Amino acid sequence: MRLEGSARRAVEEALASGASDADAWVEESTTRRVRVYAGEVEGLSDAGAHGIGVRAFVGQRAGYAYGTDLSDDGLAEVARAAREAAELADEDEYAGLPDETGTSDVDGLASAEFGSWSTEQIVELTLEVDRAARSPQGITQVENSIYADAQGSVALANSRGLASSYRATQAWAYSSAFAGAGADLMTGLGVGMGRDPGELDPEAIGLEAAERALALVGARQPASRRCPVVLDAFVAASFIGFIGAMASADAVQRGRSLFAGREGEEVADPALRLADVGSEPDGPSSAPFDGEGTPTRSTPLIEDGRLLGFLYDSRTARKAGGSSTGNAGRGSYRTPPSVGTTNLVVEAGELELAELAARVGEGLYVTDVAGLHSGVNPVSGTFSVGASGRLIENGEFGTPVREITIASDLVSMLKAVRFVGSEARWVPFGGSVKTPPLMVAEMALSGS
Amino acid sequence: MTLVPPELAATVLERALSRGGDMAELYAEARGGFAISLDDRRVERPQRGRERGACVRVVLGDSTYYGHVDGLAEQDLLRVAASVADAVRGDAREPAALQSPVTGARHDVAIPPEEVEAARKAELLRACDERARAAGAEVAQVRIGYGETQRQIEVFGSDGRAAADDRTRIRLTAQVVARGDGRVETGTDTRGGHAGWELLDESPEDVAGTAARRALTLLDAVDAPTGRLPVVVGNAFGGVLLHEAVGHGLEADAIQKDASIYAGRLGEQLAPAFVTAYDDGSRPNEWGSEGVDDEGTPTRRTTIIEEGRLTSYLYDLLRARKEGVESTGNGRRESFRHVPAPRMTNTFFAPGDATPEDLIAGVERGLYAVSFGGGQVEPATGDFVFGVSEGYLIENGRVTAPVRGATLVGNGLEALRQIDGIAADLEIATGYCGKGGQTVPAGVGQPHVRIRELTVGGTAA
Repeated sequence: MRLEGSARRAVEEALASGASDADAWVEESTTRRVRVYAGEVEGLSDAGAHGIGVRAFVGQRAGYAYGTDLSDDGLAEVARAAREAAELADEDEYAGLPDETGTSDVDGLASAEFGSWSTEQIVELTLEVDRAARSPQGITQVENSIYADAQGSVALANSRGLASSYRATQAWAYSSAFAGAGADLMTGLGVGMGRDPGELDPEAIGLEAAERALALVGARQPASRRCPVVLDAFVAASFIGFIGAMASADAVQRGRSLFAGREGEEVADPALRLADVGSEPDGPSSAPFDGEGTPTRSTPLIEDGRLLGFLYDSRTARKAGGSSTGNAGRGSYRTPPSVGTTNLVVEAGELELAELAARVGEGLYVTDVAGLHSGVNPVSGTFSVGASGRLIENGEFGTPVREITIASDLVSMLKAVRFVGSEARWVPFGGSVKTPPLMVAEMALSGS
Repeated sequence: MTLVPPELAATVLERALSRGGDMAELYAEARGGFAISLDDRRVERPQRGRERGACVRVVLGDSTYYGHVDGLAEQDLLRVAASVADAVRGDAREPAALQSPVTGARHDVAIPPEEVEAARKAELLRACDERARAAGAEVAQVRIGYGETQRQIEVFGSDGRAAADDRTRIRLTAQVVARGDGRVETGTDTRGGHAGWELLDESPEDVAGTAARRALTLLDAVDAPTGRLPVVVGNAFGGVLLHEAVGHGLEADAIQKDASIYAGRLGEQLAPAFVTAYDDGSRPNEWGSEGVDDEGTPTRRTTIIEEGRLTSYLYDLLRARKEGVESTGNGRRESFRHVPAPRMTNTFFAPGDATPEDLIAGVERGLYAVSFGGGQVEPATGDFVFGVSEGYLIENGRVTAPVRGATLVGNGLEALRQIDGIAADLEIATGYCGKGGQTVPAGVGQPHVRIRELTVGGTAA
């Protein structure tokens, strides 16, 4: 295959310029994007992109370079730049290519139907999302409805003889609806994702945006209190993303994770079961191999309340004396591989959302959080983030609330998860996460 | 060195308008950068990159059709122009003859960072590490990052506009983790600008020293108070409050969709008469400054609030055309893979007469929010949230104990009305602003500002 050829060639160039080992990651993709506003197409694009990233080792020093020029001269230049960069790094006894490479069996990353969707059809789909979002009474405006898709291939080669590639497709759509007006305006988001446009339900996406906005109409700032909280799937996913980051062996080894030194210990309520799953076909971030060629797999992180392990790339595995879990992530060809989550999956429980509310009795249902990046301290785990949602009154969803903060710390929150909902879904928050709603025994709500 | 010969640009524009359109534009870019970091006492992740590519867009009525391509070869540009034109349904139009290129405000770079030996950059990281570790025995982790970027851009429009800009930015960041008494706290600081290596001439290690001091201070922090309190907001990065709570709501795309709390309020008195604020992309060598914006409009100073009255929104070409006004030079994009949108450049409150001490002296019980970890706003409602990364209690007019975990929650309109003091110590800090999936460097700044009352969400019950 052509991309594998480019990757191999770049590896050869790196060795020729003096590298002792090297790997090269090549990407090629096309993306389409439709943006609808007020029932009209506001933006339409069709674009192609490609690039290469080379990691070169000079002994125990590692350097990286990337570029968009895939001509022979371009590949040689990137390879040389990576080797030169390596000279600047300090020696790292754990640096190096992975000892074991291969692929896991993941079917269905690329949909055969994807190519049959014309531009006209995806425009119609986006218009349908928009119509659905505007249809319910009380929706004053839809800020925009957006559809985007991508199809692409990646190839990876290294100086130990690895050359591998795969193709993937993805489609997603979202809509942002407004209910109310002026100072009482509230917003709601609806999302959907799949391997091709046919897996999206445009009406459900639009209606979700509308319903989430309408549920908040008339929201007020409530009085401060400590109370049990139900996090909906969107919000739960954002927090689960932080928990996943804490499981990174890199963060652990650098003393930057609250999970450092706690392997095997009790860190959560037994109700919560969490795994990193890189090889499940419907996971948006699934792939047959990770950013340095290790096969992906499923890694249980929390079971029976205990922290079972961490996520490793080959470097952190070498340092810990273990093996890579296939978690060498690549944001794109612009970044060297580093430890990251693939798909975080929270195992669904038994209780439907209404039953979670019934268990809470008096408390808060959070449907939106804001300011996560500034409000969560990933090192100390304390957080205080803006939130909106509805009070739970008498076991039912009641008064909508806004301009509040919810505060706790990640470790206390894990231990306070009492019930896990039954309605799990994929959400593009916190990375790529599949989670149901979560019921947490107590958080500090600060309002007026 | 030019990226695209004007004759080729003219041909691309002609091809782009071959099936109609009110406006066509070719944006070409060569971008490169170098970054290196230090973590756990080791210099690591040295990284160099180079990318070239172009974006073609055609605007017809309220619709934008666009495409982008990696590479600047003639056949790449012509292909992307043809594919964009394919989506347009109209009659061919002739582009106007291209004028000679404008370059806008100057931001001189004395020492191009790419001419500085890479080994010196690694040395700088080590010096910063030492400074941070010397700050106290509780310093447990030090992470230092250095990055430089060069962006050469050219813009050609079917209205005849042509522009070029060279942008060099450098940035030094420090993140320090301190441990003590079972507590773990983080402090950060940055220095950066649209400038060269000269920006780091004067004691660059201070960046690491400040980050370390912040982390150590937080070790002694008490839980943040909760409730409605007076807040004195620090200068420099404190300006993120203006950026989030006001600035985003002034971007004309939000205004025209009526998705901003500031829509329809031009001329209204939103703040006391001593409050004035600017967006200024022409301010020499500031982080968010550029010669021309990403549509070729020269950057300028726009007064957004004058003596408390709302005086201007922030426009790119598209939104300006729609309202029959001029672009304010705020059409920015992350790269050639994106289309421009109205974005802030450097946004800041004008200095007043007070000193920070004056502002603090007037508070009986309140919060001194020196720096934020970031923030978020919903432009449609004006509701905002900010995490306070360095904060202190104010008691009886004096700064007392440091606090952890404070969050400010409020509404932009309300916060503007409640401003009751501005100091003279204007400073601008280096932020990255995300919107619609695009991240651009944005300067945030202000002098010390006092707000009569804000909701402080703390961790203290």
